[in-house]
Amino acid sequence: MPAGVTVKAKLGRDDIMMRGFMVMIALYLIVTLALPLYAMLSKAFSTYHFDLTQYELQVSDEQGVFGSPPVSVQQLNAKTGAIPDEKLATSSDGRLGLTKLFPEFSFRSPVRYRIRGTSGDAVFLIGSERYVGTEWQETDSNTFRRVVVRPVKSRGLANFTTYFSTPSLFYSIRNSLMVSVISTIITVTLAFGFAYALSRSCMRYKGVFRLIAMAPILVPSLLPGIALVYLFGNQGMLKSMMMGESIYGPYGIVFGSVFFTFPHALMIITTALAISDARLYEAAASLRASPWKVFWTVTIPGARYGLISAAFVVFNLVITDFGLPKVIGGQYNVLAVDIYKQVIGQQNFEMGAVVSVVLLIPAIVAFAIDRQVQKKQVALLSARSVVFQPKPNRRFDWISFAYCTLIAAFIIIILGVCQFAALIKFWPYDLSFSLRNYNFDVMDGGGWDAYRNSIQLGLLTAFFGTAIVFVGAYMVEKTQGFRTGRSLFQLLAMLPMAIPGMVLGLAYIFFFNNPDNPLNPIYGTMAILVICSITHFYTVSHLTAVTALKQMDTEFESVSASLKTPFYKLFARVTVPVCLPSILDISIYLFVNAMTTVSAVVFLYSSQTTLASVAVLNMDDAGDVAPAAAMGMMIFYTNAFARIVHLLASKAVLKRTQEWRVR
Amino acid sequence: MDNSAKSFLRIDNIWKSYGDFLALKEISLDINESEFVCFLGPSGCGKTTLLRAIAGLDLQTRGTVHQAGRDISNLPPAERDFGIVFQSYALFPNLTVDRNIAFGLENAKMPKSAITQRVTELLELVGLPDQGRKYPAQLSGGQQQRIALARAIATSPGLLLLDEPLSALDAKVRVRLRHEVKELQRKLGVTTVMVTHDQEEALSMADRIVVMNHGVIEQVGTPLEIYREPATLFVADFIGETNQLEARVSNKTGAVQVGDQLLACCEHEHASDTKVVAAIRPEDIIPHTGDASKSSRKKDFAEPENTIDARIDEMEFLGSFWRIRLSNAAIGAQELVADFSINAVRRLSVVEGGTIRIEIPSQRLKIFPA
Repeated sequence: MPAGVTVKAKLGRDDIMMRGFMVMIALYLIVTLALPLYAMLSKAFSTYHFDLTQYELQVSDEQGVFGSPPVSVQQLNAKTGAIPDEKLATSSDGRLGLTKLFPEFSFRSPVRYRIRGTSGDAVFLIGSERYVGTEWQETDSNTFRRVVVRPVKSRGLANFTTYFSTPSLFYSIRNSLMVSVISTIITVTLAFGFAYALSRSCMRYKGVFRLIAMAPILVPSLLPGIALVYLFGNQGMLKSMMMGESIYGPYGIVFGSVFFTFPHALMIITTALAISDARLYEAAASLRASPWKVFWTVTIPGARYGLISAAFVVFNLVITDFGLPKVIGGQYNVLAVDIYKQVIGQQNFEMGAVVSVVLLIPAIVAFAIDRQVQKKQVALLSARSVVFQPKPNRRFDWISFAYCTLIAAFIIIILGVCQFAALIKFWPYDLSFSLRNYNFDVMDGGGWDAYRNSIQLGLLTAFFGTAIVFVGAYMVEKTQGFRTGRSLFQLLAMLPMAIPGMVLGLAYIFFFNNPDNPLNPIYGTMAILVICSITHFYTVSHLTAVTALKQMDTEFESVSASLKTPFYKLFARVTVPVCLPSILDISIYLFVNAMTTVSAVVFLYSSQTTLASVAVLNMDDAGDVAPAAAMGMMIFYTNAFARIVHLLASKAVLKRTQEWRVR
Repeated sequence: MDNSAKSFLRIDNIWKSYGDFLALKEISLDINESEFVCFLGPSGCGKTTLLRAIAGLDLQTRGTVHQAGRDISNLPPAERDFGIVFQSYALFPNLTVDRNIAFGLENAKMPKSAITQRVTELLELVGLPDQGRKYPAQLSGGQQQRIALARAIATSPGLLLLDEPLSALDAKVRVRLRHEVKELQRKLGVTTVMVTHDQEEALSMADRIVVMNHGVIEQVGTPLEIYREPATLFVADFIGETNQLEARVSNKTGAVQVGDQLLACCEHEHASDTKVVAAIRPEDIIPHTGDASKSSRKKDFAEPENTIDARIDEMEFLGSFWRIRLSNAAIGAQELVADFSINAVRRLSVVEGGTIRIEIPSQRLKIFPA
């Protein structure tokens, strides 16, 4: 190629607008994801301590004459030993009074005190007045009681050192990993059996089974915990089945985790089984392979990516889940609950951040492996050929039916117990039916307002979330050139999936609750809950949108440009109508998740914006377990209703568009 | 300049690189007003890349494009003046045929009645007058193709770009549409560039053909020029069938040595004793007599030059003619393919396993560098 200047595209109006939109949505993700995470990370690596060498004091005699020379606070402390070294470590909010340096201190004494910094950045408070620098400030002894010095910040691993030298904290890592691994193994095994029965048998009522298996997705993860309390708790209906073991702890967490992760695993494995090639089975049959051999040489290898992917998704869900271990974990500490305890219980934000970082590691690893596996799965999918059609087999069909009935019964019992508990007066003493558990307004947790807020949150998240996600996906898919910007955007869009809800919520506190942040006013409002929910559930929505957009002819934009029609007209008249089914899928996904999520929003709600899912948690915490179950079931019915509306809407859309879809 | 006066689309020294790979090298081309030009070449030759550079969909790395005297080298597609039809048609599936065609007109702030009138006119032009209310999926491939064409010309663009527009159709429809598209182009007089890998399509539709290979232009010319006077061995081989014989330039002027056989050939500029390829099309080989061994040769008969006896190894009936594979010890192990008319085969009683006397006309024996 001859030397010379590369032809540089003159950007058209469309290009500029599309890039503008993309940059806007990228900025949204940066502000609502990257910056909060950065704030949290920097918090985890920040330590605060009082630096006594920074201050000097001068004390007068009884007449108020300052005769003696000024003395460093450091020396004073060394002499008296009033403040031991470990008391010098503190948090960002730490304040240290100085009166204890003077054993004979009396606030009535006529002695006067002077204080100043030895360097320009020494900070101290007199009352609520803030002073910086080396100028002497004089107080009487009464006011001297209100003199406090402020800590200095330093960067380092000190918080992590503390974390790992506190057994009660780092045991949580082991606990979290253990329940997650066990739950993963059980869930994937059970879900594989269910998916296998659905795709390989000719049993009846497959649709019903599929419907029931999906039900757990509609409830907050802590609801099975409540059901387990009623079934196996101290006054549980089936307590004897526990054979002396307590349900509060790992048993309860694993049991409940299997319940709420089951549909996630089932969806992935069903897809993996659905893509297997019938010709492989025909080949195996023609080679006279035994069914057992076929299962291990054809079925399992074909579904292996699905199984691995399901395992990592389940693992991620369990290890990052907060609601369930909070309700049923008892004394068994896990990472997600530790964050909550550190932040809400002890107000130790730095330690909360440290636990968050610890929790991020397995979550990100699981996420990264899952992404790699998913890519391979897609490659298998595109090379698909003949679809497998099961043939009736009486014995196998009956076994499948029995197995699915068992699993479905388990799911129905969990939900049924919650509904039953919600409707009776006082378990186990008064079993008469009553609606008093629905009288949420007299309980802790926010009452019916919480329920209304949740619906509002669900609708707002669904509306704005779908718009942001779909527009963002469109821009990143259809913008010409701008390669670096686009891959950066893709990365940002994938990131939320790797971030546990608790971590995101805590990061939001650090970022938005900072008074210096211009976005601080949204803290404590519905807006921050909506933003948090959109960001939290961004990735799956984004992938759904991208998949739909990839199925559109890539030349639509070229044709539209050649006809001098701006892209937004094409977007409104063709892209959106054609992608409507996927757009509806994204909105229902966002709605249901906003209704059920606890983890991120538990740090962010205010008394004006209590939420139903958080109310379940708080009512359970306060001992109002039956109302908690009642509220949990309200969420279930609302989500079920939303799903039905979504189904009808999708049907209507499909019917309207049928004429152009099918020939 | 005198040339630019009639040159409607001027492509000047265009290069396109994808990393280290050069997709287009030094492409310069002038396309005249109302001309129908085909870019022809095997897949990966750069023909579509060149079309997309003209449209502004994938910008060239170096070089300029002028359309109607205006420098459009770096303009976005929307600021250029063209209509385009893709292999996939890219019809909007949720809009009726009417709305598809009207898509560009609606944005041009045309009054509604004028749009309706123009759409009706276009539907008649492409021969689908009463299909306007249907959706694209309800039409056949050929009908969809014509709708895509109608949509592309609706706004009366100065340039029509066709990217393999007929490739997705089945053979019969393709042949019919070739004719229709050409007819339409002639009627509208719109300058048209079509990309195709189908040589028959190019030969039957184009005013001029641009044969491309490996990112360079091999030859530009009318269909007849391209076919009769291929500039390179690639063109000779890619368009139509060609026998390629390993040869050596003889000391005797105007002749080459093929095996032991000396053959007169057309003019060339290769030095004596260099290795070359001698090429002749199957239909240019002339059959003379039937079984040479049986016929007693008359000595006084003025024998045409380049006449040799060949064995008939294989005969393949291809409908309108016979394809015959011949061999001759003198030209070595090289096979010669000839197309003889059915008449000739009958008249000369050509049979498999027999021999035949053939003539290789020297004007049709082209010499290319080996």
